[in-house]
Amino acid sequence: MEKKMLNIKLKVWRQENKDDKGAFKDYEAKGVNPDMSFLEMLDELNEELILKDEIPIEFDNDCREGICGMCGMVINGTAHGPKSGSTTCEIRMRHFKDGDTIVMEPWRAKPFPVLKDLVVDKYAFDRIMAAGGYTSVRTGGVPEARTSLVPRDDAEEAMDMAACIGCGACVASCPNASASLFVGAKVSQFALLPQGRPEAAKRVEAMVAQMDEEGFGACSNHAECEAVCPKEISIKGIARMRREYWAASIK
Amino acid sequence: MKLDSKVPGGPLAEKWDKHKFDIKVVNPKNKRKFTVIVVGTGLAGGAAAATLGELGYKVKNFCIQDSPRRAHSIAAQGGINAAKNYQNDGDSIWRLFHDTIKGGDYRGREANTYRLAQVSNAIIDQAVAQGVPFAREYGGEFANRSFGGALVSRTFYARGQTGQQLLLGAYSALMRQVNEGTVEMFTRREMLELVVIDGKARGIITRNVITGELERHVADAVVLGTGGYGMAYYLSTNAINSNTTAIWRAHRKGAAFANPCYVQIHPTCIPRSGDYQSKLTLMSESLRNDGRVWVPKKVGDKRHPNEIPEDERDYYLERKYPTFGNMVPRDVASRNAKAVCDEGRGVGETGLAVYLDFKQAIEDFGLQTIKDRYGNLFDMYKEITDENAYEQPMRIYPAVHYTMGGLWVDYNLMSTIPGLHVIGEANFSDHGANRLGASALMQGLSDGYFVLPATIGDYLGSEKLDKVTTEHKAFAEAENEAKERIEELLSIKGNKTPKQFHKELGEILWNNVGMARNEKGLKEALEKIPKLREEFWQNVKVPGTANSLNKHLEFAGRIADYLELAELMATDALHRNESCGGHFREESQTEEGEALRKDDEFTYVAAWEFKELGKWELHKEPLVFENVTLTQRSYK
Ligand SMILES: Cc1cc2nc3c(=O)[nH]c(=O)nc-3n(C[C@H](O)[C@H](O)[C@H](O)COP(=O)(O)OP(=O)(O)OC[C@H]3O[C@@H](n4cnc5c(N)ncnc54)[C@H](O)[C@@H]3O)c2cc1C
Ligand code: SF4
Ligand code: FES
Repeated sequence: MEKKMLNIKLKVWRQENKDDKGAFKDYEAKGVNPDMSFLEMLDELNEELILKDEIPIEFDNDCREGICGMCGMVINGTAHGPKSGSTTCEIRMRHFKDGDTIVMEPWRAKPFPVLKDLVVDKYAFDRIMAAGGYTSVRTGGVPEARTSLVPRDDAEEAMDMAACIGCGACVASCPNASASLFVGAKVSQFALLPQGRPEAAKRVEAMVAQMDEEGFGACSNHAECEAVCPKEISIKGIARMRREYWAASIK
Repeated sequence: MKLDSKVPGGPLAEKWDKHKFDIKVVNPKNKRKFTVIVVGTGLAGGAAAATLGELGYKVKNFCIQDSPRRAHSIAAQGGINAAKNYQNDGDSIWRLFHDTIKGGDYRGREANTYRLAQVSNAIIDQAVAQGVPFAREYGGEFANRSFGGALVSRTFYARGQTGQQLLLGAYSALMRQVNEGTVEMFTRREMLELVVIDGKARGIITRNVITGELERHVADAVVLGTGGYGMAYYLSTNAINSNTTAIWRAHRKGAAFANPCYVQIHPTCIPRSGDYQSKLTLMSESLRNDGRVWVPKKVGDKRHPNEIPEDERDYYLERKYPTFGNMVPRDVASRNAKAVCDEGRGVGETGLAVYLDFKQAIEDFGLQTIKDRYGNLFDMYKEITDENAYEQPMRIYPAVHYTMGGLWVDYNLMSTIPGLHVIGEANFSDHGANRLGASALMQGLSDGYFVLPATIGDYLGSEKLDKVTTEHKAFAEAENEAKERIEELLSIKGNKTPKQFHKELGEILWNNVGMARNEKGLKEALEKIPKLREEFWQNVKVPGTANSLNKHLEFAGRIADYLELAELMATDALHRNESCGGHFREESQTEEGEALRKDDEFTYVAAWEFKELGKWELHKEPLVFENVTLTQRSYK
């Protein structure tokens, strides 16, 4: 079967640096193979731009298989684009039609400043993790693994939450730029495991406090985050975070 | 240059404990006085930085990505080995050691490999304490599986995301240290030079990839955990930012490079589909537990796989290796896939693929079981290829995946430059000529959590280290080298993009220094690579400027280094006129076409000392086996 190649119009956010105002610029991607990944389509465009002495478009990515959480842009108004449960790098061009226009923007949220074009600074997430996203154990000073049993269902639920890749799509899609899904996922992972329980109260308070300090907004139950989350993290994580927070505050 | 492996004496099982007792321990009060640079935040670097911080050292930790959590280790799917023997199926430290050394085709250092097996259990304890949600049975015990050709079930896993979960464990320990102030984190930094003062590694030059600024960092010791160099092939399963620059720049400053030709080509990847392809996606090896590999018996059989009757299929792994069947080690599986494709029996549009068929498994265990086991992998396959692997066999083909070669290190993980330590995939140490599945994660974490934090004390505690600052002229020189290279790259303004060169280099390496190598092909590569390198420095076109985020400038610098490394890879492959593990020389095979080692001639580590561009001196570290008998690997 002959594949039909696509011609696509692109509107891409270009911004020189943090201080630049930025604007959309139009491009065209011609003869796009539908089997290409979205980022490969951009690679090809960048190759053309370089040869035409233009400045290529900057976008973050690393693993290109949906696990590192580095990529991410708003594609036609949706964080990570048209396919649910996918990161930007996992999107294939077959999700678009010949003649489509694709609008590409960076994550827009105050705590994630734009560094250039589609690249944003997400280090605020790491600071939240530094505030409490761990168990306080030292290398070597730990019990034998088998001394604590973890029922399968708990392990699976913890894993559902631990699957978060820290991409920031939840923040980008939230009208309040809330980081609750990200924080809720981490808090829940630990809360569900015996190893995480001892520090549960301290952890949730520290992480929530840092989240507020970074300028992320409050969660008002829009659930946009869950819809765009490439790892399909459930907003049950936010509910659990609230429970943990409440339990911590009455202690 | 003299290679001293510093392997301690005594019985194999006692070496590590004895060594830890014999080496210097830095007084806790003094640890704060030592600054250690750790480059890399993968399993190796992240674990090391966190642990050194806990011990009280002042740590400066660097990575290219925006966050330490994104290191390439995050992508590991299958699992991590440990000799816990929780399944009571006869596993032991000895067996894990033996499998690893045999799997590496007896080209690894016995004492290192044994230590790796010994430390493996503590890694699992550590990860569990950090809250890594390993797969469990209903009763709460660990679920383990057999992986990559092992006859025991010793692999721990967290769904198909074991690397992610282990890395997040190390990362959380690391961020705790960042919070405590023992580790200073530098993200979006690329190490461009090593600084050597009085023969010792004393610092690095980094580029802030956002501002373009070159920075000097001074320390008492430098640790590189910067990963493998598989990206030299352009197409591989590695992350886009994986690179050789850190270890290559150190190599140029005096660190010997060991066994550069040992490259692992993973048998189960999604085949390439077009010229635009930017990376290859791994399909976890665990698929081979249930999938059956086959190609049509007839050459050029273009029928749909479901229309090819059973008796016209060749399940070639089951046929040739009745004991291990589809579970033969990676190098054997990859080579056989290449062989059947070379015969013209490959499948798919390009003829460069074989089938991995789940029909039997679905009949035996039911669709739901297979969905439970591999659902996410089948979904990923569908998204990439637009084919449904529940209804027709997957197409797979080998791809570059892992590099066993790397900077030479002694038992203390120190390179031939005093003070420069190398951990994880970046060193050569534990896997010989072929790495077994689920043992890279084990090695990275073993090096990072347990080995390096102990052995680095021996260096810091015994070496007299003069006080130096970034004002030292060696810093200015190193910074200048980096600066000039960047300026030159930008000034060439030729006609070809960096990527075009990278692709061309990748083609040469894949064709001539790939799954099967021979003298003619290697000599051809040794002619083509320097020519391509010359053309690169005359004709590359790098866009933009040095003082802003400029991904293509970063790429260009890395490709320049690959163009040098590639020549060494081919040189090493040409000199090693034997087949071992991932290195298959067509001239050296048994009558049945299996890899044939030449133990009399080649039982050594080839450590190359950089002399000048294109010229190296070979040093040999003899491999002495006191505890295992060298046998021809047989998976029949
Ligand atoms: C798809 C895939 C699946 C895998 N699955 C498994 C598996 O199931 N089991 C298993 O055991 N192994 C597996 N492996 C292998 C394993 O993941 C790697 O070998 C291992 O994670 C490497 O860890 P590392 O810490 O040595 O390096 P990496 O994780 O590669 O980390 C390198 C670090 O160094 C930094 N860095 C690199 N260069 C520079 C520089 N110049 N300047 C500054 N920083 C730099 C990077 O930013 C990064 O932080 C898999 C590999 C792949 C590709
Ligand atoms: S919760 Fe989902 S959307 Fe938010 S950072 Fe994690 S993976 Fe991304
Ligand atoms: S590039 Fe890693 S998740 Fe997209």
